[in-house]
Amino acid sequence: MRSFEKNLNKFNEAGIRVVGISVDTPEETRKYMVQEAGYTFSFLADPKLETIRRYDLVHAEEIASGKDIARPAEFLLDPSGTVRWRMVTENFFVIAQPEQVLEAAKTLPE
Amino acid sequence: MKKINWQIWAGFVLSLVAAFSYPFVFVRWAITREFPWANLIMFAIAFVFLFLGLRRAFKPDKRIVSKIFSSLAAAFGVLLLAALLFVFFVAGSWLPASAGAPQVGQKAPGFTLTDPNNKPVTLAQLLTEPVNNKPPKGVLLIFYRGYW
Repeated sequence: MRSFEKNLNKFNEAGIRVVGISVDTPEETRKYMVQEAGYTFSFLADPKLETIRRYDLVHAEEIASGKDIARPAEFLLDPSGTVRWRMVTENFFVIAQPEQVLEAAKTLPE
Repeated sequence: MKKINWQIWAGFVLSLVAAFSYPFVFVRWAITREFPWANLIMFAIAFVFLFLGLRRAFKPDKRIVSKIFSSLAAAFGVLLLAALLFVFFVAGSWLPASAGAPQVGQKAPGFTLTDPNNKPVTLAQLLTEPVNNKPPKGVLLIFYRGYW
């Protein structure tokens, strides 16, 4: 997440909107991600896991939080909403890097 | 005046650092997070010291106390390495299979979610509202664990 924030200008230049989605409520996101951590990209709250469930990304009773949360995953969509690149990691410590996504973004239609 | 077995102490402290620097330090950078090689190198050095310390403690003139203590320190180092390997390779892969997640080439399911100002936002909006004063070339959805 932090690495995406640091590279946000590159995503802007490439015309890519970066959106973070989690189970956190709007209030929690505003407090922790925007005010305390200083993130500037878009966040969306899915506390009832409706979208997270539709994307089959529910991590039920995750051990550290004891809650149902989203597992890490990244999807790059073209303007028609079609998935052009994705990373659905099998190891929690390996998540998408901005460079990978920017590279994949080069293949998007102009 | 007895000289302290500094090798065993160095090995002991270094194995603590080797284990705890992963979650507290090296997890911050992709290059040291995606494989804990920095920590494994530290463990390798720690084990050299532990080995030297053990060898020293098991010389015939040493007391039984130092043999016991150094064995415990070495065992603790091995346990810490096991813990790191467990967290990285075993606990790290405790993730759902997510076989139903949208595949490349498929349409991403639409949604309406709320932004931090409690405003509803749809996927369609994200795909059309300008980025950098131009129609967006794409949208990156990052699903993350959240603060909870």
